[in-house]
Amino acid sequence: MDRPLKMSVRDLNFYYRDFKALTEVTLDFYAHQVTALIGPSGCGKSTLLRCLNRMNDLIPYGRAEGEILLEGENIYDPKVDVVTLRRRVGMVFQKPNPFPKTIFENVAYGLRVNGARDKALIGAKVEESLKNAALWGELKDRLHDSALGLSGGQQQRLCIARALSVEPEVVLMDEPASALDPIATQKIEELINQLKESYTIIIVTHNMQQAARVSDTTAFFYLGMLIEVGETDTLFTRPKLKQTEDYITGRFG
Amino acid sequence: MTDGLTKIEVLKTPYPVSGEQRKRGRHPGAWPAARGRRKVVQGLMFTLFRAAAVINGIALLIIVSFLVAKGYRAINWTFLSQPPMDSMTKGGILPCIVGTLCLSLGAIAVALPIGVASAIYLHEYARPGRVLRMIRLGINNLAGIPSVVFGLFGLAFFVVYLKMGVSILAGSLTLGALTLPVIIGSTEEALRAVPDTYREASLGLGATKWQTIYRVVLPAALPGVLTGAILGLSRAAGETAPIMFTAAVFFTPSLPTSIFDEVMALPYHIYVLATAGTEIEKTRHLQYGTALVLIILVLGLNLAAIIYRARLRRRKMV
Amino acid sequence: MTRRLQTELERIKKRILALGAIVEERVRRAIKAIELRDGELANQIMKTDYEIDELEVEVEEECLKILALHQPVAVDLRFLIAVIKINNDLERIGDEAVNIAQRVENIARRKRVELSVEYTAMAEKAASMLRMSLDSLVSLDLDLAFRVLILDDEVDQMHREIYDNIKETMAQKSESVGFLINFLTISRHLERIADHSTNIAEEVIYLVEGEIVRHGRWEAKPEEPQR
Repeated sequence: MDRPLKMSVRDLNFYYRDFKALTEVTLDFYAHQVTALIGPSGCGKSTLLRCLNRMNDLIPYGRAEGEILLEGENIYDPKVDVVTLRRRVGMVFQKPNPFPKTIFENVAYGLRVNGARDKALIGAKVEESLKNAALWGELKDRLHDSALGLSGGQQQRLCIARALSVEPEVVLMDEPASALDPIATQKIEELINQLKESYTIIIVTHNMQQAARVSDTTAFFYLGMLIEVGETDTLFTRPKLKQTEDYITGRFG
Repeated sequence: MTDGLTKIEVLKTPYPVSGEQRKRGRHPGAWPAARGRRKVVQGLMFTLFRAAAVINGIALLIIVSFLVAKGYRAINWTFLSQPPMDSMTKGGILPCIVGTLCLSLGAIAVALPIGVASAIYLHEYARPGRVLRMIRLGINNLAGIPSVVFGLFGLAFFVVYLKMGVSILAGSLTLGALTLPVIIGSTEEALRAVPDTYREASLGLGATKWQTIYRVVLPAALPGVLTGAILGLSRAAGETAPIMFTAAVFFTPSLPTSIFDEVMALPYHIYVLATAGTEIEKTRHLQYGTALVLIILVLGLNLAAIIYRARLRRRKMV
Repeated sequence: MTRRLQTELERIKKRILALGAIVEERVRRAIKAIELRDGELANQIMKTDYEIDELEVEVEEECLKILALHQPVAVDLRFLIAVIKINNDLERIGDEAVNIAQRVENIARRKRVELSVEYTAMAEKAASMLRMSLDSLVSLDLDLAFRVLILDDEVDQMHREIYDNIKETMAQKSESVGFLINFLTISRHLERIADHSTNIAEEVIYLVEGEIVRHGRWEAKPEEPQR
């Protein structure tokens, strides 16, 4: 199939001190698709996600071997500027974490740290990002209220808007709905569906029904290894490997 | 179920219980003796702990009321606005007040920038390892040095070696060194209280570490930092030994005009009046008065710190 | 939570096999009724058909409940889908047995019959196809399932022969056409039983392989190497 390749992981090994968290992971992520990473706790899926924007660099004894390519360029190349990488590959975290600032300032933060100064430009971008995150209608009259006063679901969508404000190419989501109630979760899932037209999305989730609903491709991890990857509808009706089937039918994990 | 009843009342409770049930211990009245004993012990511990806390309050109350009782007679406008006269038997303590303020503010001016910068380095930048451990060891030891040793150090280094002479500058530097561990400690605690999730979110958006600290972490830690500063200020105001050799003098006729001037200070003045003056008995009321002023100053600063921290915490936004 | 799902799936399996056993027994009775031209036996078969219908409804409702509550995926999902369809096919087979019984009743009313049609071979084949398809469900045996598919052709062939045979007889004895049609119909019902059994076998293949092999899509399969 002729789909453009956005990111590639090639033979990635990741160590926390002596513990090998990821073993020889090779995986492709295609543009404008949603890829879900599933697996039991401790299988390495979050570790892999955090390697994709090098957030794992912040861990004192973390070490990565192998390559991760973003449109052909290895992000672990010493010449690569991590700060720019993180603008291109954005991240939304498990627990909503808006800054203790106004709603406007939260979304404007990314723009400001990347050098934007023009007030009109920032204002326009904030509006655009809030619209993309389906929040503009709800919040346009409250832009200067504290972000901490929003509900959990709104806060998470605000974090998504914040991530979108710097116009990333890839959006990483680490269990974005796990701290939210079912209705808020549904809104997030709808949002993901809309967003994939403009971005490439990679999502880690514990919830297999969510992975099935939301993703185009699903990758199953176990104990740091990629066990099976395939189109979501095939993986959930006819997985190739028994281990995968055992996991998704709940026979273990 | 049977809470609130004493041992005897529980035994009398008309609750149909088979011998079997009582043996198995399923019923609330099964071991009334044990329950009663537990309640007594619990009550006893609670009383002890509360007593300990109350003793603190009482101690403070005793000291303050003692000073008030002994010193209120000396407090009047003249006392607060005039310099001492007649070999300190009359007049006021204005130069002392001014001097203490100068020294404390000077100490903070020295300790705050260095302390905050150190705390930021230690918490945000330093990599765990031997170097970090040694630095922390140094800071902890610095906190443990007796204040009189600080005074001697200040005398030898600032006053003599660097030729600053007995001055506000030397005193501030010495007091600053003393206050440094306090500032570092409270700033680090404030930084630690800022959730890592903010830092992660900021870095994830493509901010550098410094941008993260400057735009998110420090503003969020500000209440804690400022509270620590106020507490450091109050600590500096009350120290006697460090300023004894480096800044404070027995008497100086005029108010300080530059940082190279020597000053009088409240704690030192108390010491002077109580030991070295020519008319110790006659100045007793002035001693208590001075002490009262100092206590009010220190307690006032602490109270301001507490109130300020509470207000900032409620604000929630940075 | 998953243990409950497993328990439920086991229960469903037992029930569908129980239904299969009942239907099988009906078919055998119907075949016996044909051989003996026994009107009494035929009557019994028609009277007790409601049992099969009730059981079919129960099984289907169980399956829907499991689907709603547990949202199974992969093999569990395929299993339930297969059970629902096999359930349907079994109930149809039961209906065919009833239809045969009705024909036998008609035949039995006549005193002496000139024609005798040999159904034994065909009936045996159809009955054994049903048996084999249910066995393949129990053991998830693909070979067995594929053999059922092959046997279907043989049954079709037998049906055509009987059809031609009866056509000839009808041409000769045109006054007995009304009566002779019963025999033709019986043959058709047996052929339908074979078809439904084939469907059951196809469901088993889907369950095991995850491939839908209905409507002749399996033609290439027998050539493939053993798994």
